[in-house]
Amino acid sequence: MDAKIKIAKRVAKELENGQLVNLGIGLPTLVSDYIPENIKVFFQSENGILGMGGAPLSGTENPDLTNAGAGYVTAIPGAMAFDSAFSFALVRGGHLDVTVLGGLQVDEKGLLANWMVPGKMIPGMGGAMDLVTGAKKVIVAMTHTAKGNPKIMKECTLPLTSIRRVDLIVTDMAVIEPTDEGLLLKEIFSDTTIEEVVKYTEAKLIIPENVGIIEG
Amino acid sequence: MKVISAKEAAELIKDDSSVMIGGFLGVGTPDEIITEIIDKGIKNLEVIGNDTSFVDRGIGRLVNAKSVKKVVVSHIGTNPETQRQMIENEIEVELVPQGTLAERVRAAGVGLGGILTPTGVGTTVEDGKQIIEIEGIKYLLELPKKADFAIIKAKSADQLGNLVYSLTARNFNPLMAMAGTTVIAQVEEILPVGCLAPDAIHTPGIIVDYIVVGGRK
Repeated sequence: MDAKIKIAKRVAKELENGQLVNLGIGLPTLVSDYIPENIKVFFQSENGILGMGGAPLSGTENPDLTNAGAGYVTAIPGAMAFDSAFSFALVRGGHLDVTVLGGLQVDEKGLLANWMVPGKMIPGMGGAMDLVTGAKKVIVAMTHTAKGNPKIMKECTLPLTSIRRVDLIVTDMAVIEPTDEGLLLKEIFSDTTIEEVVKYTEAKLIIPENVGIIEG
Repeated sequence: MKVISAKEAAELIKDDSSVMIGGFLGVGTPDEIITEIIDKGIKNLEVIGNDTSFVDRGIGRLVNAKSVKKVVVSHIGTNPETQRQMIENEIEVELVPQGTLAERVRAAGVGLGGILTPTGVGTTVEDGKQIIEIEGIKYLLELPKKADFAIIKAKSADQLGNLVYSLTARNFNPLMAMAGTTVIAQVEEILPVGCLAPDAIHTPGIIVDYIVVGGRK
């Protein structure tokens, strides 16, 4: 299975009924395709909507109704539109239950770097710094390695997004929870082994007696 | 409030002006006014906006036309031309977290001396800024951001200049309407007074200086 789909499927299982959720652009957006049928969440998009729905049918696109990547979306019945200050009031004010963001690096303390590579790629932080600082739960959804190099490092070499520790890291190899003691290996995918995960992780992992196995 | 053409709007703006421009990746951006600013060849603008959009869209067109000396935005990732000009030192880029940018603009428009936000603490964003600790939590003091002009886009106005925005095309527009010294709003239609219910109006016409009619209806 495609690495991104594996990650999106596993992240989707973290969502609970009634939560307000913000999905980042790219891989995190895929999460909305795999939410269990019995779970109903509300999506917030930082460009100014709560209750964002899926893509519109061809021919019914509204140029004034887009997601944070300028893609056309719909609004579910009961949706609300608002300005950018209110949008981030939801984020910073403790009203956003979950944010799912991509990552370039996460370190042993659970700190995320995901907004620039000095000298190479400087897209800007957009809403990421506010989201990581303000959301009740921060889930990082990223591939475990980049061109074979570990992205979960002893220390981030890239500029940090926030000094707030993220709550969960979901990769195509494992699910890792940053804790006060360090990075706890919670689950691995059935197509890998604990040894492989350790090999491709620069940071030290705490390996409990029971590590869950994710099938498929 | 005075109704003017997009061309007349551009004539109000001079070289070296600071301009806030509404929009999120070009959605909710007053495109007709931008076209006239480019045609008039205005230079050295400081542009405050959410992002620099795409090369051929919204604020991106101003960057591409070399009308801009500095941008204050949260994101330039969708516009390679902004990144190229930044690397070549042709444009100055101040990157601001999106929620912080919204609050800085809001603060300028509502008479606040700044805002305290936890966003950016411990990152490169805090460089040169005052840190204030309240009840054990560190906050950055972020200062108000105002501009000579707010160039915004609304869906509808009435003849008093009251504005209503549409869906995600609202974004920074109502905040900028409060923070620009001169406020120019591009709207798709002007309705008779009374057509907009008091509860439906987002921005009061009393703070809008000029209305330009243009764009999709």
